[in-house]
Amino acid sequence: MSEAASAPLGVLGAGVMGTGIAALAIGHGIPVVLVDVSEDRLADARRRVDAQLRHARLMGSVPARDAAGLTTAVELAAVAGATAVIEAVTEDAEIKAKVLEEASSLFAVGTPIISNTSGIPIGELGRFVSRPDELLGIHFMNPAYLITMVEVIRSARTSDETMAAVTGLLARMGRRGIVVRDAPGFVTSRLLHPMINEAARIVGAGVATAESVDDLMRGCLGHPTGPLRTADLIGLDNLVDALSTLWERTGEESFRPCELLREKVAAGHLGRKSGKGFYDYEKVLS
Amino acid sequence: MTTGSAESVQQRIREFLEERIKTNIVVDKDLFASGLVNSMFAMELVVHLEQEFGVAIVGEDLKLDNFRTVERMTSLVCRLRDAPVTDHA
Repeated sequence: MSEAASAPLGVLGAGVMGTGIAALAIGHGIPVVLVDVSEDRLADARRRVDAQLRHARLMGSVPARDAAGLTTAVELAAVAGATAVIEAVTEDAEIKAKVLEEASSLFAVGTPIISNTSGIPIGELGRFVSRPDELLGIHFMNPAYLITMVEVIRSARTSDETMAAVTGLLARMGRRGIVVRDAPGFVTSRLLHPMINEAARIVGAGVATAESVDDLMRGCLGHPTGPLRTADLIGLDNLVDALSTLWERTGEESFRPCELLREKVAAGHLGRKSGKGFYDYEKVLS
Repeated sequence: MTTGSAESVQQRIREFLEERIKTNIVVDKDLFASGLVNSMFAMELVVHLEQEFGVAIVGEDLKLDNFRTVERMTSLVCRLRDAPVTDHA
């Protein structure tokens, strides 16, 4: 194996997306250094990465080979030698900006920095990194280790070299990227999030139950799970954050998080990860 | 550990599924192809079978084909349960 092929991928943030991306990478033989703020979170993350890797194997979505190594760390400096780094912290522009700013000073020239965001414009985040030409966005879907397509966001400043390096990385992880230009919500969130918001309004107004909304979208329109099951999988807190990001940047009312979504988040009903959202999950993925 | 006959294993798996997906299950129906369960539920099913029957589903056994029907899950559980393996991870 060449040195480049064995160099680790840095993943910043060990939440749902960070652990899913880590499972995807190590399952494809790429070692990962996963960074988060506390050892407790990292211990939990290691268990979740193991479970997610089993899930990936069960579904045949990673090659039948030994996984590469997973290292965890609480210091950003641990990813300094990475071949590329994927930022997957909370979907909040200020938090992402802070992490990206701190991280970007650590890397050698030519290390792509990837922000995993569902809708924050990459050009906006680029103001906080030392080399905005090496920054781009990848919107991984959840679970990252099962869904093979990703949305790749190229900002006005992203270089050809960065695009080429990241295309190669995606290929090594068996992902297919569709490249789009930078705009709030890109393509998928701009279309999906207002639909979920409207589905929640429908439920809140008593027009139909969550089950009926999802059954209709599946049975009549071919949606694989229905918008509200999808919402539970995304995480209702993340969804409200993403909708707020879109609303603040566009002023479009369809993006303003509806009351039922905000109520559920306030009550701690965040979807599948908390055991309850629009549906009850007696057990979460364990 | 004795946890009952193949019939009782099958019955317990079926009851668990019927409770979770609120539908009567035919034991040879492909639950995934029919859309009754999805890929997210698949892993929950694996963990449930491991905990309920005290088996470890690893390696070659960890593939979706073993979980498509109640019948296949029953034969997997019975095979693993009867195997002379004492070290359950």
